[in-house]
Amino acid sequence: MPAPIRLRELIRTIRTARTQAEEREMIQKECAAIRSSFREEDNTYRCRNVAKLLYMHMLGYPAHFGQLECLKLIASQKFTDKRIGYLGAMLLLDERQDVHLLMTNCIKNDLNHSTQYVQGLALCTLGCMGSSEMCRDLAGEVEKLLKTSNSYLRKKVTLCAVHVIRKVPELMEMFLPATKNLLSEKNHGVLHTSVVLLTEMCERSPDMLSHFRKLVPQLVRILKNLIMSGYSPEHDVSGISDPFLQVRILRLLRILGRSDDDSSEAMNDILAQVATNTETSKNVGNAILYETVLTIMDIKSESGLRVLAINILGRFLLNNDKNIRYVALTSLLKTVQTDHNAVQRHRSTIVDCLKDLDVSIKRRAMELSFALVNGNNIRGMMKELLYFLDSCDPEFKADCASGVFLAAEKYAPSKRWHIDTIMRVLTTAGSYVRDDSVPNLIQLITNSVEMHAYTVQRLYKALLDDISQQPLVQVSSWCIGEYGDLLVSGQCEEEEPIQVTEDEVLDVLEGLLVSNLSTPVTRGYALTAIMKLSTRFSSVNRIKKVVSIYGSSIDVELQQRAVEYNALFKKYDHMRPALLERMPIMEKTATNGPTEIVQTNGETEPSVLDTKHPPPVTQPANQVRANDLLDLLGGNDVVPVIQTTLPTKPASAGGELLDLLGDLSLTGIPPMTAYNKNGLKIEFTFERANPNPNIAVITIHASNSTEADMTDFVFQAAVPKVSRHSLELILKCLIMKHSRVNSLFNQNCATVF
Amino acid sequence: MQFMLLFSRQGKLRLQKWYVPLSDKEKKKITRELVQTVLARKPKMCSFLEWRDLKIVYKRYASLYFCCAIEDQDNELITLEIIHRYVELLDKYFGSVCELDIIFNFEKAYFILDEFLLGGEAQETSKKNVLKAIEQADLLQESEDEYLSVKIFK
Repeated sequence: MPAPIRLRELIRTIRTARTQAEEREMIQKECAAIRSSFREEDNTYRCRNVAKLLYMHMLGYPAHFGQLECLKLIASQKFTDKRIGYLGAMLLLDERQDVHLLMTNCIKNDLNHSTQYVQGLALCTLGCMGSSEMCRDLAGEVEKLLKTSNSYLRKKVTLCAVHVIRKVPELMEMFLPATKNLLSEKNHGVLHTSVVLLTEMCERSPDMLSHFRKLVPQLVRILKNLIMSGYSPEHDVSGISDPFLQVRILRLLRILGRSDDDSSEAMNDILAQVATNTETSKNVGNAILYETVLTIMDIKSESGLRVLAINILGRFLLNNDKNIRYVALTSLLKTVQTDHNAVQRHRSTIVDCLKDLDVSIKRRAMELSFALVNGNNIRGMMKELLYFLDSCDPEFKADCASGVFLAAEKYAPSKRWHIDTIMRVLTTAGSYVRDDSVPNLIQLITNSVEMHAYTVQRLYKALLDDISQQPLVQVSSWCIGEYGDLLVSGQCEEEEPIQVTEDEVLDVLEGLLVSNLSTPVTRGYALTAIMKLSTRFSSVNRIKKVVSIYGSSIDVELQQRAVEYNALFKKYDHMRPALLERMPIMEKTATNGPTEIVQTNGETEPSVLDTKHPPPVTQPANQVRANDLLDLLGGNDVVPVIQTTLPTKPASAGGELLDLLGDLSLTGIPPMTAYNKNGLKIEFTFERANPNPNIAVITIHASNSTEADMTDFVFQAAVPKVSRHSLELILKCLIMKHSRVNSLFNQNCATVF
Repeated sequence: MQFMLLFSRQGKLRLQKWYVPLSDKEKKKITRELVQTVLARKPKMCSFLEWRDLKIVYKRYASLYFCCAIEDQDNELITLEIIHRYVELLDKYFGSVCELDIIFNFEKAYFILDEFLLGGEAQETSKKNVLKAIEQADLLQESEDEYLSVKIFK
C-alpha cells in the first residue's frame, strides 16, 4: 500500500478541478483510500489522513467516518497526532452524539500531562466544546489546575472554568475559592481571563455579585494604571495600552455598579477620566469610549457624568466612520427613555441619519426619531419622516407607516393635519400599511366629525388616481359609504369642494368591485359602501341592481352580503334607514392604544350634540317609545341611575352594518315623571355621559315635598335579561334627611359611578 | 462570541470556528445564509448587521471576509479589534499572509486562533505571547517529527 498523499498535495490537486463534478470525483476517490487506510489501523499516517479529511469537511463533504480516528489520535503519545486529533474533535464531533464522551478520559489524562502544550490542547478543547456531562466529569480537574502558577495554563484554565459555568451553572460555587486574589496578577492574559470569569459569575448569581463588589477599588486601580502608564510595546494598540483588558474591566464595573450607589460612586472618577482622556482618532479608542458610555448609562451615575456620556454619543453621530455612527444610534436608542431631554439635543443629527445609505443605520435612526417625537417638534419631525417614508426601502415602510400613525395620533396639532398626514401615508405607502391600521383609521375619521366632508373628498380624489393600494381603497370605500352625501352636496369647507354626481361616485365604487386589483376584503367594503349610499343617495334603483347582481357572486362573503342586502330591500325596507345610519363616535378599545382618540392637542372634543348627524332613529314622544329605546339599551323601569356601556366595536372588515345601535341620540328623550304621589315625585332625565358619549346616564330626581323625612327608601330595578350590553347596576339604600333630596341624591349617584 | 467564519469573495469557506453546540446541518444552514447576507452588502455599509437574534461583525481583508457572531451585550467595536488582532497574528506568522496561506495551512490558522481565543473569549492580549506559544508548539512538533523521521506535512 503506497503512502497516502500528503495534505498539501491533496489540496493542490482538488483545486485544479474545473467543475463541481470533477471535484466530487477526486474527493470520493481520496475518501475511499482514507477509509481503507483507517481500516488497516495505520498509525503512521492516521494524522495525515485525518488532516485531509478535515480539509474535505470544510469543503462541505461528509466526514463522520473520521470521528473515531480523531479519538485515536488524541490518545496517541505524539504531539502532532494530538494536535490534529483535538482539532478534528472540535470540528467533527458533536456534543449531541455519545461518541464525544469517549474523549473525556483522554482529556483528563492530558490535563495532567507533563508538557504544557498538551495540557493547553486539552483545555482548549474542553473550553470550546465540552458538553455538560464532560464538564461535570472534569470540573474537578479544572478547579485543581486553577491553582497553577503557570500563566500560560492559568489563562486557559480560567476560560475553561467560564465554559464549565456556562454549561453547568450549579458548579459555579466550586470555583469560588480559586477567585481569591484573582486580580493581583500582573500577567495581562491571566488578568483578562480572570475578569471574564468574574463577569460570568457576577452575571449569574446575585450572591456572587455582592461578594465581588469589594473588588471595585482594585479594578479602578488597574484601569487607572492602564491609562496612566507609559508606552508598553507588548500591549499597545495605536497608543492605547491593552484595550481588550480595559473594555473587559469597564464591563465588569458596569455589572458591579448597576444597582449599587457606593460602587457607582467609587468608579465615578475613573469613568470620567477614561471618557475625557481616551484618544478618539482610531476605532480602538472609540471602542473603549463606547464601553464607557454603556457603563455610565447603566450604573447609578451622577447627572454630570450622564450628560458627558450622551455628549460622547452625540460626537459619535458626527463621526465619519459609519460603524461609530451605528453604535451611537444603538446606544441612544437604549437611553432615550431615561435621558430624553439630553438626547433631544441631538435630534437634527439623528434625523440626518435617515438619509444614510446604510440599512442598519437607517433603521436605528428611524426608531430613534419616532422615540423623539413630541408635541413641540411634531410638524418638523413628521415632514422628515414622511419624506423618509417616500424614499425608503420596502422593508421599512410598514414599520414607518405604523410609527407615523402612532405619532400622529398622540401629537397631532390639528384634526386637519392629522387627516392630511394619514392621507399622505396611505397614498405613498398604501400597500405597506398594516391591516390593523384600517380599522384604526376608520375610527379616527369617524371621530373627527367636522372633518368628514374634507376627508371624504380627499379620499375620493385619491381613489380616482389609484385603486391598487388596498388599505387606501378600503378606508376610502368606507368613508364614501358613510359620507357620500357630503361628497355629492359639495359641503367641504377646508378646500374647494369638487363637483361630483351620485352616478360618478357609484361608478367608482362599482369599479372597485370588478377590478382585478381589489382583494375580496376590499370588494366587501365596496359593496357595503354602495349599500349604505342607498339611504344617502337618490339613485336607489341602481344600487338595488348592483346588489342583486352580486347575490350570485362566486365569492361566498360577497354573495352573503348581497343576499342580505337584497333581503333588506325586499322584506325589511322599513328597517333600512335605521340600519344604514351614520356611525356614532366610537370608543377606542384598550388594545388600540392608551390615548383617547377624542382628545387631540389644541382641539376641542367633537360636540356631542352634532347637528350634522341625521335625525335620531325614533323620536320618543311618549313613554312607551322611551321604554323601547331603553329596552334596546337594556333598561326597563329602571329606578336608580344606570350606566350602560355599549360594546366598543372598532370597524372590522364588513362589520359596520351589524351595529344596530348605531345611533344613540338620547338627547331627544325628554325627562319623564315616573311617580308622583303623596309628596314624593320621581323624575328620570337622560343624557350622554361626558366625556364618554357611549354611556347613557339616567338620573333620578327624587323630591320630597312634605315636611316629614322619608325613610327606608328602597330602590329596586327590574331589568330584562339583555345579552348584548353590560349593565352596571348598583342599588343603594338611602335615608333621606331633607326635602331637598335632589342634589344629594344625584351627587351620591355620581360618586358611585 | 458564538462563532467565527472566514470565507472568500466567492463564498468558499476557509475556516469555521464554532463556540456553541450545533448540528452539522444547522451549521451548514447558518453558514450558507450568513455568507449570502454578508456578500450582498455594499462596500459603503457599516460592519455590523443584525441577523436573527445575534449581532454580526464582519470585515474584509483583501479577498477574505472575517465574520463573527456576538451576543447582545458584547462590544461591536472591540470585536473589530479582535478580528484585526487575529489578522495581525496570521500576518506575522506567515509573513505577509494571503488567502492561499490560509487555504494550504488551514490547520495552522486554527492553531493560531486557538492560542488567541478560547471559548469565544480572548485568552491572551499580547501579540508576542501568542506567537511565542505557537512557535514553541511548532518546535515541539518538529523535534518529534525529526525524531521519528517521518515528515507529515512538508
